[in-house]
Amino acid sequence: MINMETTAVQCALKPKEYASDQEVKWCPGCGDYAVLSAVRKTLSELNIPKEKVAFISGIGCSSRFPYYMGSYGFHTIHGRAAGVATGVKIANPDLSVWIISGDGDALAIGGNHFIHAIRRNINANLLLFNNQIYGLTKGQYSPTSELGMITKSSPHGTIEEPFSPGELAIGSQSKFFARVVDTDLKTMVAVLKQAEQHNGLSVIEILQNCVIFNDKIHSAITGKETKAENQLILEHGKPMLFGAEKNKGLRLMGLELEVVTVGENGITEADVLVHDAGNPNPTLHYMLTQLKSPEFPVALGVIRNIKAPTYDQALHNQRAEEKANSKFHSLNDLFLSGNTFRVN
Amino acid sequence: MIKTELKSAVIKFAGDSGDGMQLAGMLFTDTTANKGNEIATFPDFPSEIRAPQGTVAGVSGFQIHFGESGVYSPGDAPDVLIAMNPAALKANLSNLKPACTIIIDSDNFTERAIGKAGFSRNPLENGILSDYQIIEAPITSLTKSSIADLGLDNKSVVRCKNMFALGMVFWLFNESLDQTINFFKQKFAKKPALVKANIKVLQTGFHFAETVEAFTSSFFVPSAKKVAGIYRNLTGNQATAWGLLAAAKKANRDLFLGTYPITPATDILHELTKHKWAGVKIFQAEDEIAGVCSAIGASFAGDLAVTTTSGPGMALKTEAIGLAIMTELPLVIVNVQRGGPSTGLPTKTEQSDLSQALYGRNGDSPAVVISASTPATCFDWAFEACRIAVEHMTPVILLTESYIANGTEPWKIKLLDELAEIHPNTAESHEDWQPYKRDKKTLARKWVVPGTTGFEHRIGGLEKEDITGNVSYMPLNHEKMVHLRAEKVAMVTNDIPLQKVKGRNANQLLVIGWGGQFGILFGAVSKLQIEGKNIAFTHFNYIHPLPRNTKKIFEGFERIVVCELNNGQFANYLQAQFPEYRFERFNKMQGLPFTVKELKGKFNELLNDD
Repeated sequence: MINMETTAVQCALKPKEYASDQEVKWCPGCGDYAVLSAVRKTLSELNIPKEKVAFISGIGCSSRFPYYMGSYGFHTIHGRAAGVATGVKIANPDLSVWIISGDGDALAIGGNHFIHAIRRNINANLLLFNNQIYGLTKGQYSPTSELGMITKSSPHGTIEEPFSPGELAIGSQSKFFARVVDTDLKTMVAVLKQAEQHNGLSVIEILQNCVIFNDKIHSAITGKETKAENQLILEHGKPMLFGAEKNKGLRLMGLELEVVTVGENGITEADVLVHDAGNPNPTLHYMLTQLKSPEFPVALGVIRNIKAPTYDQALHNQRAEEKANSKFHSLNDLFLSGNTFRVN
Repeated sequence: MIKTELKSAVIKFAGDSGDGMQLAGMLFTDTTANKGNEIATFPDFPSEIRAPQGTVAGVSGFQIHFGESGVYSPGDAPDVLIAMNPAALKANLSNLKPACTIIIDSDNFTERAIGKAGFSRNPLENGILSDYQIIEAPITSLTKSSIADLGLDNKSVVRCKNMFALGMVFWLFNESLDQTINFFKQKFAKKPALVKANIKVLQTGFHFAETVEAFTSSFFVPSAKKVAGIYRNLTGNQATAWGLLAAAKKANRDLFLGTYPITPATDILHELTKHKWAGVKIFQAEDEIAGVCSAIGASFAGDLAVTTTSGPGMALKTEAIGLAIMTELPLVIVNVQRGGPSTGLPTKTEQSDLSQALYGRNGDSPAVVISASTPATCFDWAFEACRIAVEHMTPVILLTESYIANGTEPWKIKLLDELAEIHPNTAESHEDWQPYKRDKKTLARKWVVPGTTGFEHRIGGLEKEDITGNVSYMPLNHEKMVHLRAEKVAMVTNDIPLQKVKGRNANQLLVIGWGGQFGILFGAVSKLQIEGKNIAFTHFNYIHPLPRNTKKIFEGFERIVVCELNNGQFANYLQAQFPEYRFERFNKMQGLPFTVKELKGKFNELLNDD
């Protein structure tokens, strides 16, 4: 998030004015296009000057993202975007910093940086494009590929359990975790705005379709016929209702969530859980991230959003305190301090 | 009592790694440096924090060479050895000067301790020490009895025994106790019992030496005739940290350090993190890779960015350094070298990361490589690394080494006014600006910081189109960019001083050194020159690119020998560039610095067998 007081401008840019002059080179039909549109729209609606934004990406199809934005951008190396972004934010806290990463980039080679960036709570937005496949290297399984999935590097099926980004994020003390699908631009923009306005590391998992190597992997969730039953779009303070008729809901039974239907078996809307994204206790947020279709709808929207100090702010506070309290006022004071001796 | 005047002397404090030998050594160093002696120190300790007690592997040593003149190195072997236990004696037995003085804590020469140190019989009784002057002192028991009335616990009492030994050495060299007494008064201001105990033990040691009548002579080492000015002691790592601070100030940028702890580089982090008041931003990352990546991010965003490490960490940073080369961002990488490969010898010195610095990346990826010579001059080389990085828009690798990083030397304080300004290569106007448009003189591109209106641009690890910086896979463009990156680094040679030679009239043997072995090489060559030998010396700090008169220096010598603490890496580098000369090698790979004695031996051999 950036300080709007110092950067407010009179005329807002239109979404397309956030584009660079470079031709976008993703495959036709790729889910990444939707994210590009949503980000441009978000910046426009929040009226953030494009020179105040830095996109920092790793390696992978989605990591070409910075080239398509007319802001400052840095296409770094595989897995390390979070590390580079940390340096950018510390060096220039006025920037709105966006980390662009995929499931391979953030959770395999960059797993270490992913968990530590979350733990430190660097004030940035991390877009995790999750298509459950390595696209740029042409179709190997990723850390989010389902167990048993057949890919070019797993012709007999994978033999490893996938990571769940939400589980990993909350396990790393995430203060902001959201999930969106690449087919729902409206929710994506709403979520990205909250992410940008959140102080701290905002992780947004984007269920994104790879049209070439893993087509329709999210179709149970995003398909026109099934989406109403399989998507639970969470809103803070609203009941957790879903379904074509918005009459299905979640309720807590002991330590388990269960699906209930309002109007059946004496269930009323009052029995349905109300979403509290700001609850510091992450237990329910964690349970929501773990819901899987077809037994449950998949939780979308902002799942967790709590206030906490950020690393970059703490770092700058400490510098300011040290400066105010230091016995040294210039390097000369330091050089001449302690045991010195004069030779004549 | 005779008082013998010495031009210089070498003292070594040796004991268990918990015996406080480093502190005793440092306090002796402070006193002699304050008196105005030239000094050079060499701390030598095991990589384990508390290695098995009483074993040779657990011995921690601190050697100091101080004198009136001619102190270029910590000295080959001690004139006075303090051995707090049999293991400390054993560890140093093979490297003693004839007739040197050995002060021994006789309380610790028990049968068990003698066996643990690997002696088959008591060395104090079996005659192996008959050539030396042995001073047996019951250091531990006298320490205990001298402060028995202070009510300290046994552990605190025993920890004071290093001060007993130090007190004895102060007496032996007619040095004052004042500075050490002041040190304790300040250090333990809130623990008066500890102040009292340390001072009491120090004085007891001093008086013991005075009254025991075991010493046949005491010594006096006059002050040096140094250049006038204000001095202070600095270790190499501290000097590196201060040089970085000064450079950031002179470049008018915030200093950013992104790093991960690793021996022997961590003291740079320890030092810089104390100076947040000066605006330093410190990021202790989750690993070496995040350390360098955060520095690259900070550089992109406009800070003077530094990462510090040692060999294994350098290996991990390799890919990211390539990114900084491709994106042509300023970045300073400090590698405090230690013994390798792999984990190698973490606390021992070596110069074996030179090839890694020069070549250790994928693709044709040139970076500037420079090296520091002595502890105090680490300040200048850190400053210079920063200057080259921001003025030439390139990563600069600064090689120091454990030996000088932990060693101490008096530094003639440089105040900010005495330091040159640094001019980052920033863009002045939008007109004509392009991300990869270059300065004609240096071929450096401009450094534009995110947040600046009208300069929005994207960089990255993919090949860049010349001038625009857009992604390009065009064959001829790539070839051009490979040449441009190489040429840009090569052109740094126009911005560095000429290489100097000591011994201009010589033509028989040229000695070449680089990095932190300067003092010892200089000392050895100086001695031979005084003896009238036909020998010259040239020492390289700028490794890549080399100074532009390098080839000229090699002309006219019958023999050239490259001396380095590795298996011939700088010699190979020179041989590849100057195949018309034959570079002989003198290599040492023992985790230890050269000694003047072995260098003189080698040079005499080369001079005589024509």
